[in-house]
Amino acid sequence: MIFIDTLLLGISSGAIYSLMALALVLVWRSTRIVNFAQASQAVLSTYIGYEITMRSHNYWVSLPLAILFGAILGSLIDFLFMRYLAKRAKSGPIAEIAPVIATLGLLGLLQSIIGLIWGNSFLQYPTPLSGKGFTFGSHTIPFSPQNLFIVLATAIVLLVFGGIFRFTDLGLALRAASFQPEIAQLAGIRVARIRNIGWAFAGAAGAVAGAVITPTSVLSPNSLDLLLVSGFIAAVMGGLDSLVGAVIGGLVLGVGFSFILQYVGSSVTFLAGFFILVIVLLIRPRGFFGHQVGRHA
Amino acid sequence: MNQGLVISDLTIEYGAIRAIHDISFEVKPNELVAVIGANGAGKSTLLRALSGMIASASGGATWNGQSILKTKPEELVRRGIVHLAEGKSVIPELTVAENLALGGLRRRDKSDVATAISESLELFPILASRLEQRADSLSGGERQMLAIGRALVSRPKLLLLDEPSLGLAPLIIDQIFNALNHLRTHLGLSILLVEQNALSALKIADRGLVLNLGALVKNGLAAELLGDADLRDSYMGF
Amino acid sequence: MRKRRFTSLQRGGLLLILGILLLVTSNFVDELRSYQGAQVAVYLVAISSIILLTGYSGQISLGHGAIMAIGSYAAALAFSLWNISFEFAILFGMVVGTIAGFILGVAAARLSGPYLAGTTLALAVGLPTIADQFKVLGGEQGLNFDIGDAPGWIKRFEGSDFTQYRWFFWLMTLVALGVVWAITNLLQSSFGRNWRAVSNNPVAASLAGINVARAKVLAFTVSSALASLAGALFGILLGIVTPSAFPLTLSFTILTGAVLAGVGNLAGSIVGAVVLVAIPEFSGALSTHLGNSQKVTANLPGLVTSLLLIFVVLFRPEGLWPKKVWKRSRQLNN
Repeated sequence: MIFIDTLLLGISSGAIYSLMALALVLVWRSTRIVNFAQASQAVLSTYIGYEITMRSHNYWVSLPLAILFGAILGSLIDFLFMRYLAKRAKSGPIAEIAPVIATLGLLGLLQSIIGLIWGNSFLQYPTPLSGKGFTFGSHTIPFSPQNLFIVLATAIVLLVFGGIFRFTDLGLALRAASFQPEIAQLAGIRVARIRNIGWAFAGAAGAVAGAVITPTSVLSPNSLDLLLVSGFIAAVMGGLDSLVGAVIGGLVLGVGFSFILQYVGSSVTFLAGFFILVIVLLIRPRGFFGHQVGRHA
Repeated sequence: MNQGLVISDLTIEYGAIRAIHDISFEVKPNELVAVIGANGAGKSTLLRALSGMIASASGGATWNGQSILKTKPEELVRRGIVHLAEGKSVIPELTVAENLALGGLRRRDKSDVATAISESLELFPILASRLEQRADSLSGGERQMLAIGRALVSRPKLLLLDEPSLGLAPLIIDQIFNALNHLRTHLGLSILLVEQNALSALKIADRGLVLNLGALVKNGLAAELLGDADLRDSYMGF
Repeated sequence: MRKRRFTSLQRGGLLLILGILLLVTSNFVDELRSYQGAQVAVYLVAISSIILLTGYSGQISLGHGAIMAIGSYAAALAFSLWNISFEFAILFGMVVGTIAGFILGVAAARLSGPYLAGTTLALAVGLPTIADQFKVLGGEQGLNFDIGDAPGWIKRFEGSDFTQYRWFFWLMTLVALGVVWAITNLLQSSFGRNWRAVSNNPVAASLAGINVARAKVLAFTVSSALASLAGALFGILLGIVTPSAFPLTLSFTILTGAVLAGVGNLAGSIVGAVVLVAIPEFSGALSTHLGNSQKVTANLPGLVTSLLLIFVVLFRPEGLWPKKVWKRSRQLNN
């Protein structure tokens, strides 16, 4: 029984890691940048959702608006900032780490702005869904309607983005622009615009992650920092390029954490995450689904 | 009536280097012009400037009366100019079908896109049997065919081709040049063809240009160039 | 070829003079400034470890805060548990940190860009949690690392009002100058040339007969030695070593310092270190000016740091104090 409970909890938290990993993969695929600012973008979207819920008293109204805001924010960050960065800091030792530094800077910037507006105290952001586990006979499993909603939301996001990438013209353009920007441009694709759409998608996915996980904990300017770390580890395990890999990476990490929490103890989970990641990368240096050869990151 | 590609006093600077200086020539509608010359003569640079990949060009370059300099490559594709860069013009991570579809992404008339794709497959039947394979599983010749096929899906008027014969077996080269000949003769395309393989190129070309260290040293009928003894010695190696 | 302007000995002499000047200055400043001076010295060592790693061998680490933690904990353990003198405790911390860095470096040499960033990030988050697992590490309370006052001979020389912070300032400044001297020599040796070659063009470097993987592992190891030294000094400065002294933000902070310094510019690390120490001071003054509301006080340092970081990446990728200017002023001194 404990085994199944642990597994269910792992799937629920793994789903959240997957969402954050998806957001990171979406940006990586279109710009070859690991977007550390994703955590603060998601938090800002969640604050917007929080404000709307407080006024409309309806979580279901705030959810789509928060997602829309997340998409617009992602697009703006690319338009105002990342596009500019790509033209700068191209050479010298900093070129190697400029994208990392830039998005870390953005992470700090957005978090301090959020702190200046809303303060740093913890806010409660409830949903109408129950956080109490489903009951079967006398046994209550640690899996609530809220957890179910999290898993469903992840599945929907994955299906929507997977479908767009696989079956639409936009998806084809997104893939072409991320794999070979120059050839895509010569084939007539407006690469800069397509990249911008990639940032918007990522912003939306991050906003979903923030909106569904925050009700299970609290909201603060850096409440999603650890989610970012987990999402990043999940994305790296999955190979950074693969949406499916991101989801599998997230689930592996979520279930792994859940079992370690149950059987070893709470405080070592992230250290275990480090070892899981190192083992995966030593076997496959570019993750489960990354292209193993011929790609220079 | 299409006025073709008109280049007048074109100069291209590449950093501090003048890669092309003061060249003028024309490519008329329905004409295949071969550009030949040694390595480093500026042939590829010329194509890159014409397709908007290099912004530092001065002078005149017009297609059908409108300037094409300092225009983004993706805009030029809409205006009917497609550049197939040397060695890499297909996206290896995508399937053959997806690569072909790229050519039609920005076209409104989706039924004509379908027609164009089937025309490309008729021109290069080998591709039809590989539609679901990733492009990186193709041979060099098949990739070149896929690139040309994809270009045709965007219904171009002018093709800028950079070394389509590079690294290919003679038999395959013939196949590709025959296809180019077909595009010019039956579809009415203008083609500007940059080639190391001067002999094969001049055989199908209407006219030939010879570049040397960024300057245009000869501009004449292909047949005349083929008969020019000096040229044979310096550029054709036979 | 670039001409060497100074020999190793001359550089050492110059740094020694600089050190003596700094130590003399310390007599004229108050406790807070002495503390901040010591802080600058610690940051200087930490930043130079990143500059060595990223600027000269092209690897990235988001986890150097964790390596600092290793050095700090090992030194504090040796000091408080085994009663070793603090000099040897620092040395022990460095040895342990170097070994850890070597192991990590072997793994790191196989990973590129974001994969390495992810691994080191996971380490930075995960490692401090070990402290809770082993009683000997002291849990949240941490380990005592109070090395006490200056040795008697300094006190006899400087007088009995020679405070602990001034002693720290002396100690750490001398260590930092020694580190700068050692790194400059190292970078001019064949190791340094190999690292530069590897970071400029790994393919060409391997064709030229350089063992790229070995060069990378070595760079990671040396960088970790420096980071663990910085960690040990940091522990001494705090007087106590706790998990909360090594949060993820510490890794980001020293990375920030390296970027402000100019990632390939060792001389700039002093600028990076001074700015890192100055930011809280400056933000504090500014928020007092703005009325000291809680929101402002809590968020202003972060805002200033991020804005500075973004400004440097976009407009001064070569660092706040670019190398060229530095060189020119050095020529004038000649």
